[in-house]
Amino acid sequence: MMLGYIGRRAYHSIISLVGLLTLVFFLTRLTGDPSALYLPLDSSLEAREAFARLNGLDQPIYVQFLQYLQNLLSLDFGQSLRRNRSAIDVALEAFPATLKLAFVAMALATTLAITVGALAAARPRSIFDRVAGLVSLAGASTPDFWIAIVGILVLAVGLGVLPTSGTGTGWHWIMPIAVLMLRPFGLLVQVVRGTMISALASPYIKTAHAKGMKRHKIIFGHALRNSLLPVITVAGDLATGLINGAVVVETIFGWPGIGKLMIDSIIQRDFAVVQSTILVTAIAIFIVNIAIDLLYVMLDPRIRY
Amino acid sequence: MTASDKAILTIENLTVDFLSEGDPARAVDNVSFNVCPGETLVILGESGSGKSVSTGTVMGLIDCPPGDIVSGALLFDGIDLTELDEESRRALNGRRIAMIFQDPLAYLNPVYTVGRQIAEVFEAHSDSDVGDVRERVAKLLERVGIPDAGRRIDYYPHQFSGGQRQRVMIAMAIALKPDILIADEPTTALDVSVQSQILELLGDLQRETGMALIMITHDLEVAAAMADRIIVMNGGKVVESGKAQDVFTNPVHAYTRRLMTALPHRSPTTEPTPSAEVQGEILLKVENLSKHYVLGAGSFSPKREFRAVDDVSFTVHRGETVGIVGESGSGKSSIARMLLRLDEPTSGRALFAGEDIFALEGRALNGFRRRVQMVFQDPFGSMNPRMNVRSIISEPWAIHRDILPKARWNDRVVELLELVGLKGEHADRHPHQFSGGQRQRIAIARALASEPELIVCDEAVSALDVSIQMQVIGLLADLRSRLGLSYVFITHDLPIVREFADRIMVMQQGKVVEDSNTEMLFNSPSHPYTMSLLNSVPRPKWAR
Repeated sequence: MMLGYIGRRAYHSIISLVGLLTLVFFLTRLTGDPSALYLPLDSSLEAREAFARLNGLDQPIYVQFLQYLQNLLSLDFGQSLRRNRSAIDVALEAFPATLKLAFVAMALATTLAITVGALAAARPRSIFDRVAGLVSLAGASTPDFWIAIVGILVLAVGLGVLPTSGTGTGWHWIMPIAVLMLRPFGLLVQVVRGTMISALASPYIKTAHAKGMKRHKIIFGHALRNSLLPVITVAGDLATGLINGAVVVETIFGWPGIGKLMIDSIIQRDFAVVQSTILVTAIAIFIVNIAIDLLYVMLDPRIRY
Repeated sequence: MTASDKAILTIENLTVDFLSEGDPARAVDNVSFNVCPGETLVILGESGSGKSVSTGTVMGLIDCPPGDIVSGALLFDGIDLTELDEESRRALNGRRIAMIFQDPLAYLNPVYTVGRQIAEVFEAHSDSDVGDVRERVAKLLERVGIPDAGRRIDYYPHQFSGGQRQRVMIAMAIALKPDILIADEPTTALDVSVQSQILELLGDLQRETGMALIMITHDLEVAAAMADRIIVMNGGKVVESGKAQDVFTNPVHAYTRRLMTALPHRSPTTEPTPSAEVQGEILLKVENLSKHYVLGAGSFSPKREFRAVDDVSFTVHRGETVGIVGESGSGKSSIARMLLRLDEPTSGRALFAGEDIFALEGRALNGFRRRVQMVFQDPFGSMNPRMNVRSIISEPWAIHRDILPKARWNDRVVELLELVGLKGEHADRHPHQFSGGQRQRIAIARALASEPELIVCDEAVSALDVSIQMQVIGLLADLRSRLGLSYVFITHDLPIVREFADRIMVMQQGKVVEDSNTEMLFNSPSHPYTMSLLNSVPRPKWAR
């Protein structure tokens, strides 16, 4: 039953994937001719034609597209113009850096948000609730590029306690993760608080009180489990946003992830790499979505696929 | 026998306010009562009478704020319940005082198995190391009558029927053999036949354990069946109290007397309200109507067909009222939904004034919708909360342009409101500003707005208090004779239609088991199921 469901989802995913790749194929070609970028400004017409022929750019676009599809079937994703290597390898190499960043940021943001949101909901309108509301609203609405640049200015340039960019030591992780988790944290606190307040007003909470259960068990045992479904929906959505490459944050902090690779390749008109990064992230996003559906089933026995 | 020194719980001069936007509203006003071990005290009252609030304070389930215990004492076995801190309160709840509620589906946590939820009672009172918890839970489930308890212990609440869920709640409540069980409308959400089983179970458990039972209900039959003593509450005050038989046979207070006459289940004292002249013309003719659902289409379970409505035929003449009676799941609401084209049938025909309803489309369907209207069970849920009464009632005229020119809308809204017993100035209010009975009147006014010939009422009075129920039925009967309407009146409550319906169809599991003239059905029911429905009305305790 469950396997059938996953199979069905995978099948639908492939259809949307083909649509997505088609769209990306034509959109990248609208950015212009790569030979203008890869050859010297004064190179001859012959040299340009040779470059085009070598990379198959001289063919009509629909022929190029059919060729691309055919290559896809034999798992040939094309060569990077810039790096002269298999495009998919370039994309796969950059992906772990993004995944690690996204995973740590989301895990921290979700755990913190659930704790803060649940405690705020347990005592609505208390001081804690008001502070949590203010902080989360600020987090959800502050632009990440601004906080990233201010962070670099104050912590790296000004105080010199953290590195400005790059990877290497644990210190390099702090600022990118803090900036990345700010928005998910803010949004999730608000979602958790809202769903927890309505869960705490549910009749089964009254039953739990009538049973004489401890207050923290009622909050974290009975109410939280029931309020997690909408939280997971939103968290999943935010997670896909991060997997998709935290383009801005990766670029600002020079983080060698897939977001940075994607934006670089677009600027460099490295078509095969753009297509490969999108293929990799799209598959990851489909997997996350299926994982969320499975989480639903685990959390709510009433849901069956 | 009711000496207060023997009482396990004594409530003296309890007054509770609810603060809404700074204005305190008195929910409970100077209420006193007590209950002794082994005794059943029934608190009888309609919604908003303060009966649930007064028992809620006993368990500390009233949130303060907005609730506020202004004065009074709650003495349980010598302990003042108003002075308890959280920890001592927790030690009492579930162990010495337990409670069951009206809607067991909502009061059970949907994501945990019933076994785990019952076991929590033991855990909460550090009683979980005594013997094997799982075995104790299974024994409890068995005791309250859950078949195959050893396996069902791992089931989730949604996998039980309504009656079984209430049994689970009861198992949870009696787990530690409390001194007092408070039952807040425990059978209101259940079918009559299930209701009597649950009441019987509560009675048996009380005899076994000698616990005191405080039962809150609005249902006079339930009250009579269970009570040793009764207090009647109205508007937050106790208006009458005494031995059950005395209160029932010789009510002193005017409110109690009025409540007793609202009892629809007595043999008819008044002449039945005459229907509109039943003319020979057939208005609605339903032929072999069926609705099947395919269940369990997963790959593990084979496909099963569920026949919600199974080959049902009946006719409604112009001016006639046909009652469709059955318990939940009998298919009566499915019929209503199909007749209004809210749902498509699997097979069969329904001719309205000679035209097949299920073949109608576009303009013809629109014209049909105007001639048949529906009144739903939950008037609040079926009205847009952001629309005021004027726009709710006049909406049909915006759809069916030919009924009324726009200039006349306001006057007509006032006329309709007055027709259903409300006032013209109510037009500018919103649904939440009315009581349940008033909202149902608005729903009726809305149904009347399109000048229908047939009104389908689906449990239209089931959510209302008894005295209000009779008022609304009286209104429907009055409109019937004034406007020449026909009704299909769907209900689970057989006695309620006795004075209203010309003919009654009894349904069970999708099939019509009996279809006859109302008086004949009550005097000489022919099908065993009809007999069981008539007999499952509980008998007074003192008459047994």
